[in-house]
Amino acid sequence: MSVAADSFVVQIKDLHVEYKTYAGMVKVLNGVNFHVDAGEKVAIVGETGCGKTTTVKSILRILPRNSRIPKGEVLFKGENVLKMTPAQVRILRGSGVSMIFQDPTMSLNPVFTIGEQMMEVIRNSGSPGAEKREVQQELAVMALRETAMPDPERIMLSYPFQLSGGMRQRVCIAMSLSTPRDMVIADEPTTNLDVTIQDQVLKLLKERVESKHSSLILITHSLGVARETSDRIYVMYAGNMVETAPTKELFGEQLHPYTQALMRCIPRLSGGGVAEGIPGRIPNYLTPPEGCRFAPRCPHAMERCRSEKPEFIACGNGHMVACFLYDEKGGC
Amino acid sequence: MVLRWLQRIGVYFLVLLGLSILVFVIARVIPGDPARQALGPRVSEETVQALREKLNLDKPLFTQYVLWFKGAIRLDLGDSLLTRRPVIEDVRRYLPATLEIVLLSAVFMAAGGILFGIVATKYTGKWQDALIRVLSYLGIVSPPFVWAVLFMLLFGYIIPVLPTTGRIAQSVAAPTRMITGMYTVDYLLTGNLAGWWDAFKHLLLPSIALMLGGMAQAARLTRSNMVENSMKDYIQAQQAYGVPEKKLLYKYLLKPSLIPTISILALDIAAVFGNAFLVENLFNYPGLSRYGLSAMLNKDINAISGVVMVFGLIFILVNILSDMVVAWLDPRVRLMGGADV
Repeated sequence: MSVAADSFVVQIKDLHVEYKTYAGMVKVLNGVNFHVDAGEKVAIVGETGCGKTTTVKSILRILPRNSRIPKGEVLFKGENVLKMTPAQVRILRGSGVSMIFQDPTMSLNPVFTIGEQMMEVIRNSGSPGAEKREVQQELAVMALRETAMPDPERIMLSYPFQLSGGMRQRVCIAMSLSTPRDMVIADEPTTNLDVTIQDQVLKLLKERVESKHSSLILITHSLGVARETSDRIYVMYAGNMVETAPTKELFGEQLHPYTQALMRCIPRLSGGGVAEGIPGRIPNYLTPPEGCRFAPRCPHAMERCRSEKPEFIACGNGHMVACFLYDEKGGC
Repeated sequence: MVLRWLQRIGVYFLVLLGLSILVFVIARVIPGDPARQALGPRVSEETVQALREKLNLDKPLFTQYVLWFKGAIRLDLGDSLLTRRPVIEDVRRYLPATLEIVLLSAVFMAAGGILFGIVATKYTGKWQDALIRVLSYLGIVSPPFVWAVLFMLLFGYIIPVLPTTGRIAQSVAAPTRMITGMYTVDYLLTGNLAGWWDAFKHLLLPSIALMLGGMAQAARLTRSNMVENSMKDYIQAQQAYGVPEKKLLYKYLLKPSLIPTISILALDIAAVFGNAFLVENLFNYPGLSRYGLSAMLNKDINAISGVVMVFGLIFILVNILSDMVVAWLDPRVRLMGGADV
């Protein structure tokens, strides 16, 4: 934590997000702390429903209408996104952060051509000359060419339904980097793709982000994908970041009991056979457990875990963990 | 693409053929002798028999139909027993008046339905949305003739601001030249603005009475589709790219959401022709629907077949038009010949 806070592209401090539902207030995010450095590629790993998407949507202020943020800050280059004026939000969305959605069959408007949609994105980027059609056209074709798409001019005139899932996700990647961006957020970009092309798309994403010097947040539920793509990993459980470490470091040593359990879930080729699951399930967000939300499933849970919420403590080498096991021992 | 349209036109032709047979048979099997009814009880049996023969009523049903069909393809629909004129001439005389009402109705219905749908979407969950919802239910459950009576009472009697009978006031001269037969259009073409205004006022109450149900339905459908689509990833993605709210709403959200509305509008506009039977009578409006109703009441068999065939043809034209609009809106229909949504 020696880096000055200003060098963070995005920093989230103690973020709480709730959703109003018929059943009551669903307290999804429970004090998320998170940051991404300039040029850093960060993966957020966690089970479905643990709040990964909610966390990143708060950065772009595109949370659903029924959401509420009772507490917390979301800083983009030191500026609180939650307090931005509509004009500032437009700049943030137009040129600051872009997002690639999970399902490429759903994330392109079905009744407009790829070209129309890409040019709209460029038009709102505020890049020099972006209000001119020729510039939009040129940048869009260039972005498509950079994703190794054959015949970009033809793709520009196509409608989404005329392209395969993999092609559409390439279009989304091209779109997200058609003008310079500080950050790209990719929400499980390969989950809905054919296994055979998942790897290609992931490599492409990584390569594009690197060549444009953008930061990346990659959401995934697969540690394998995170390992391949990221510099650093956040492990998320039930609305909390429970552990973060540089990717290599985390695969060497896992501190949080949840991360340890998650690692044991990866099927290994040698020995072991079928992977273990984690007993129990994600808690009910209507009445989440007091204290550490993992306590009910944790083999090491102590009295303190059930009443008090653990905060991140630094363990050196950029490794941080939110667990009382390490506090108790007076270190890691 | 061309094949698909040819196929469709073939289907429409079969529909018209079926419709003509159905109406032809029904008009003849319902009790009552058309010839006797046309001539009255005091005419001698020989005269009635002569008319029967002239109408081919003495021949087998199948022969009758073949004879009628041969005439129909030459646009000869026989003579009306009531007006004693060729049916096709009556159609020419009365259809423009009905078209005028229905077209105005359709414009109001489409514009109002889509507009209220957008407003309800924009204010989802707010009072504007709730108000539009309640009014829509009212529009959907009340048949057009109820509105017609209500409007006549309100605007013709309590606050007499609009005419409730006929096509033009008695003091106003008919258009000097009949070009389309639609008074509002002909007045405009002949440059008679005062006449146009009078004719337009005469159209207002009946056409509004006729379109409220359809408009309400279109508004509900537009709203529900827009709200549903606004939660889809592609709208979220476009929002996340900083597309201005207005453009997002009126362009990127509206276009994919309008497709079901267009299809339902086509059905509702077709239904207006049916509802016009009652409403034209209430407003004493000399249109083809009113003509059709009196034909039915008087067992004027040729006029019945004629009116039904004309409305059937219009129904098909409206459907073709809506198919074209949907194809224009939806590339999946245009390029693949079917939507997978």
